[in-house]
Amino acid sequence: MVLLDYVPIFIMVSLAGIFGLVLSKASEIFGPKKPNPEKLSTYESGMQPIRTARERFSVKFYLVAMLFILFDVEIVFLYPWAAVVRELRLFGFIEMLIFVAVLLVGYVYILKKGALRWD
Amino acid sequence: MIPLDYYLILSALLFTFGVIGVVIRRNVIIVFMSIELMLNSVNLTLVGYSAYLGDPTGQMLVFFVIAVAAAEAAVGLGIVIALFRLRRTVNVDEINILKW
Amino acid sequence: MSVTGSDLLGILAVGIVSVTALIAMLAGVFLKNSARLVMWLGLAGMAGAFAAAWGTYPSAGTAFGGMILAGGYASFFGMLILCAGILTFLLASDYLRKEGVEYPEFYVMVLFAVSGMMLMSAAADLIIVFLGLEIMSVSLYVLAGFMRRREKSIEASLKYFLLGAFATGFLLYGIALIYGTMGTTDLAGIALRFASAPPPSLFWVGAGLLLGGFAFKVGAVPFHMWVPDVYEGSPTPVSGIMSTGGKAAAFAAFLLVFVKSLGGGGAKVQTLLAIFAALSMVTGAVIAIAQKNLKRMLAYSSIAHAGYMLTGLAAANQLGESGVLYYLVAYTFMNIGTFGVISLIEQAEEKRLEFSDYAGLGLRQPFLGIVMSIFLFSLAGIPPLAGFFGKYYVFAAAVDAHMTWLAIVGVLASVVSVYYYLRVVVFMYFHEGPEGAEVISVPLLGSVALLLSAAGVVGIGVFPSSILSLTGWFF
Repeated sequence: MVLLDYVPIFIMVSLAGIFGLVLSKASEIFGPKKPNPEKLSTYESGMQPIRTARERFSVKFYLVAMLFILFDVEIVFLYPWAAVVRELRLFGFIEMLIFVAVLLVGYVYILKKGALRWD
Repeated sequence: MIPLDYYLILSALLFTFGVIGVVIRRNVIIVFMSIELMLNSVNLTLVGYSAYLGDPTGQMLVFFVIAVAAAEAAVGLGIVIALFRLRRTVNVDEINILKW
Repeated sequence: MSVTGSDLLGILAVGIVSVTALIAMLAGVFLKNSARLVMWLGLAGMAGAFAAAWGTYPSAGTAFGGMILAGGYASFFGMLILCAGILTFLLASDYLRKEGVEYPEFYVMVLFAVSGMMLMSAAADLIIVFLGLEIMSVSLYVLAGFMRRREKSIEASLKYFLLGAFATGFLLYGIALIYGTMGTTDLAGIALRFASAPPPSLFWVGAGLLLGGFAFKVGAVPFHMWVPDVYEGSPTPVSGIMSTGGKAAAFAAFLLVFVKSLGGGGAKVQTLLAIFAALSMVTGAVIAIAQKNLKRMLAYSSIAHAGYMLTGLAAANQLGESGVLYYLVAYTFMNIGTFGVISLIEQAEEKRLEFSDYAGLGLRQPFLGIVMSIFLFSLAGIPPLAGFFGKYYVFAAAVDAHMTWLAIVGVLASVVSVYYYLRVVVFMYFHEGPEGAEVISVPLLGSVALLLSAAGVVGIGVFPSSILSLTGWFF
């Protein structure tokens, strides 16, 4: 039975869960509690939160995020290329140059369009 | 080794969820997310077959699908933003100047 | 692995278009007020690509390890799609100025769409089918919503995008299942396996999904819901290229997958295609009667025309396949021409798109009246224009393939369609125009495009063998 092979993993996951639960509950029950406003703030020794986090963002964030995703995802093609670039030799190198050049045209376009200018 | 059928059944289920999401949800963004779910379930099929056949073509196609999905997402979100600026809504039912 | 000269020659035409698009993109952003310049640049690029496709036409084969077709079939569709692109450019520039959206990006997106269409019609591998389709579709989503301050345009764009992406999901799932059951995405490889052993049932699921995806892209019933809304809402020149170049590319890939690779797919697939064809012809023709908006009427008519072309595909014999190719050429000229006239008559803010706006036009503006009549007579299938021979070939092919019923449905649908095409002609010549109706000045580039389209419709109608002899040896 295949499922039998997974029993050790199941036991380990259960143990890890129980261990975490027991420890955090134990400190909650036995630990001393002296709350003050400073301790209850979002970042106890960091910045003061200015406003609530649940508000609208400027649409510029979405634009930049969208452009980032585009260029980020194109990088996926570099990984398989990098794995075989030695065998492909000059051919692979030129292929990738063409690919990057096309991306570069896109980058120059958004740069000149001012899509990345922030004001 | 996980049998091929598991991949196929899981991806068929995910694909079906995506289709159901497109059909019953009314928010454009969620409809679009359901479409992405469909594309990713196809990726799962491709990877499953690719491993089963020992042939890298399927994985290569997955890279293309990912890249195309990103381009589609950018264009789609651009269209949604343009629509929202004009109409203040992302509800499919309210987009009805043209008769369906 | 390396690239040979013949590989590069094989993709020369589509390469020229892509590089032109990239240069145009940079020119559009580096130079001020460069829309006109970008248009001429694009025209030059497409003319060069046309010459390249023409030059490589005799040397049919495959390039890049069997990924893509070169010469022959690919050149034929390349030239057809480039014609559609060039005519769209000529018609678009004045239209865009009229609507106040003359930006260089329009031409860049059309160039990208054209390159995607060419890639799709030259596919020798399902991966290329998918990539070409997406390059085309994503560009067309943007173009449909190009007038982004007009609600109809954005709405058309959103509907096209959502339904198009949905259909892409099905098409892709079909490709994945075919890949899995056949072990390859190469169309020639699939053809070999298909011929050697009956494929497993999961393959047919994949083929069905792929068929649905293609039927969506060509706008055939029952996957036609998007067509009227998108054609009505998009900028008129975009509807023109969507309905011609886009349809040509989708049919090219459809033929490659289902006819060349799967040999017609057997009796079941052919029956299914015949049912789609009959439904499209009837639905398109009947609903078009009720339309008041000319763009919407043409959208339903384009559904009907998709049905006529599917008739040739369902017949799956040599006459049918050549007939479909001939039909696509004829349809490209007559439909771009019709959309061109509409785009000239149309006023900003979606005005003057109704039948009644054409009252008295034929007498007021003889040139527009004559070319519009030529296009409409051809769409209705009246001899000796190109539309007649297109219908003749596909119906004859259906009779040859023992699908006489389909030919009869087709003939009946075309009889119905005569009503709504000729209604426009009646309005143009037999209705009094309003007093003091303004005479529209026809821009030079637009009239060149209309003349070229009309010449195409008449020319290949009078000499149908000129196109047929180009297509005869593909199958």
